Amino acid sequence: MKMPHYSTIDGSSVGYYALLGLLGLLILVGLGAAHHMETEGHWVTGMSNQIVWGTPHVFAVFLIVAASGALNVASIASVFGNPAYKPLSRLSALLSIALLVGGLAILVLDLGRPDRLIVAMTYYNFKSIFAWNIFLYTGFIAVVAVYLWMMMERKMNRYGKAAGFTAFIWRLALTTGTGSIFGFLVARDTFDSALFAPMFIIMSFSFGLAIFLLVLLASYRWAERPLGTEIVFRLKNLLGVFVASVLYFVVVYHLTNLYFTERHAVEAFFLLNGGIYTQLFWWVQVLLGSIAPLVLFYLPQFRESVTAAAVGAGLVIVGGLAQIYVIIIGGQAFPMPLFPGMEVESSFYDGVVAHYAPSLWEVLLGIGGVAMSLAIVVLAIKVLAFLPESLEDPETASAEST
Amino acid sequence: MTTENIPGRANDDLADAARRRFVSSLAAAAAVPGLILQTVAEAARPADQPVTDKVRWGLLVDTENCSDGCDACVTACDKEHNLEGFGRPTTDAQWIRTLTAKDKRTGRVVTLPMMCQHCEHPPCVDVCPTGASFRRADGIVLVDKHICIGCRYCMMACPYKARSFVHETIHDQKTYAPRGKGTVESCTMCVHRVDRGDNTTACAEACDRAGHQAILFGDLYDPDSEISRRMRERDVTQIRADLRLNTGVRYQGI
Repeated sequence: MKMPHYSTIDGSSVGYYALLGLLGLLILVGLGAAHHMETEGHWVTGMSNQIVWGTPHVFAVFLIVAASGALNVASIASVFGNPAYKPLSRLSALLSIALLVGGLAILVLDLGRPDRLIVAMTYYNFKSIFAWNIFLYTGFIAVVAVYLWMMMERKMNRYGKAAGFTAFIWRLALTTGTGSIFGFLVARDTFDSALFAPMFIIMSFSFGLAIFLLVLLASYRWAERPLGTEIVFRLKNLLGVFVASVLYFVVVYHLTNLYFTERHAVEAFFLLNGGIYTQLFWWVQVLLGSIAPLVLFYLPQFRESVTAAAVGAGLVIVGGLAQIYVIIIGGQAFPMPLFPGMEVESSFYDGVVAHYAPSLWEVLLGIGGVAMSLAIVVLAIKVLAFLPESLEDPETASAEST
Repeated sequence: MTTENIPGRANDDLADAARRRFVSSLAAAAAVPGLILQTVAEAARPADQPVTDKVRWGLLVDTENCSDGCDACVTACDKEHNLEGFGRPTTDAQWIRTLTAKDKRTGRVVTLPMMCQHCEHPPCVDVCPTGASFRRADGIVLVDKHICIGCRYCMMACPYKARSFVHETIHDQKTYAPRGKGTVESCTMCVHRVDRGDNTTACAEACDRAGHQAILFGDLYDPDSEISRRMRERDVTQIRADLRLNTGVRYQGI
């Protein structure tokens, strides 16, 4: 296969600066929200002593999970040797770094003491999966940056496969670490399952690829570069497989819980009577975020439509956010089993489903993080040659050249 | 023997017990003021001495003495540590709370104080990324406010919902119980009193004053202590015993 020709985008149009300006504004608003939460204290958020992780964590975990998934395309090319994805590798690696940075920014800015970031970097408790994650996240950025260098510097190309392999293993470890944040919580029946590690890995495949697909479509449309439908449909078909796999893991997770008698109440909460969490699970995560994309990706009427692929990818993102919302916030809302078989009551909301409504500040911080991820991509593709000049279908390209 | 409740301590305890009996018999030979001095001397720890694992401080709650509607322990704790409220119950700190548990089948109701259980294997300490959550050698679980980054992972991990996050700016702190916006905190088992040698906590003291005597502070490793004696006499429960955390707070009458 011919080596694609990469180049920076022009990036001098009004549209480019408008996009960058909008993202910059959203970042500023996000920073402002974080500042407000910090100076006033977290009582201005929807979070409480019952729901200790809220909307910022939903955004952060989503972005961090998606970050490792965005690297898929590069991995398929370098680790699994599929040449069709090779031209997309640089964008894939760039997006994965960008998403991780955005997610981490949210996580750090939501800390009670973000000014103590240096403490988090100098004091470690190695029994904590959080401490491991600090290394896994910063290490991931370094490993992928080296991988990008190997890909972009012609002299280093021959190390690309080794770097790609390292990055692939690292991203698996990273998502295992992220899933284990929840998997290693013995206290709560809603978490405490080794399934979280593999489930988060497959979720990352799905969310990361959905974002990649949309970023690819947007950047080629706005940069007015040719993008063939073949690569889009390839990615879309692969995304469908990942969406179905996530659904499979969700089924296994709930079946496992349903088998444990002690977890029947938890399952009833998620699947039947959990109010907003049940609604989000069935309508947004399952129907809108999983079934609908599968229909859009595979039904003959939509199979040949780029729009359907884009809408499907968008729905996967919406469903993914809902899934993480249900996992993190629903998982905390369900009361902890202090006295099994007894009705418990206290001034600290024992025994009742905890109330949570996201505050504007949390949402703005989350959106600010997303904007940061996108701004990194928008800036980077103007500065360095990440995008191939053409991603036309091979037949079209060869027909034109003859 | 208390060591049944405190695994892994059998041999140490035997030696400790012999030592204590020896010291006690010497003290018994002394006059009454001497006896009082001996009690205080055993519990107090000079500030320049390290905390020892020869003791394990704990609390025993007799739920049958805990009176429904009484919140003397909660009020005392709030006053002791200046846990001012902001009228926002979902975010205000609660180091200790009264909790009622009703048996669904029989309708029997138990009232009890719930606080940090000072586990031997605390999940909060396991998950804390910086090591801010830690367990002292004498069994008291604390948060180092200087290295807590406010991630709240310990609150996710605690099976007892014993921890609070400081959600707003606080004033008039006690020098012995520093607090800080953006950090996590919980019951310290009145560590300042323990180190001073008071041999009681604010909650236990208030409960006694209210005439209930439902909370007893003491050394779980000392077979001659009141707490060990009472634990020998009646069934003792650990809450969420299935997690095998070997809690320092035990309950009777559940």
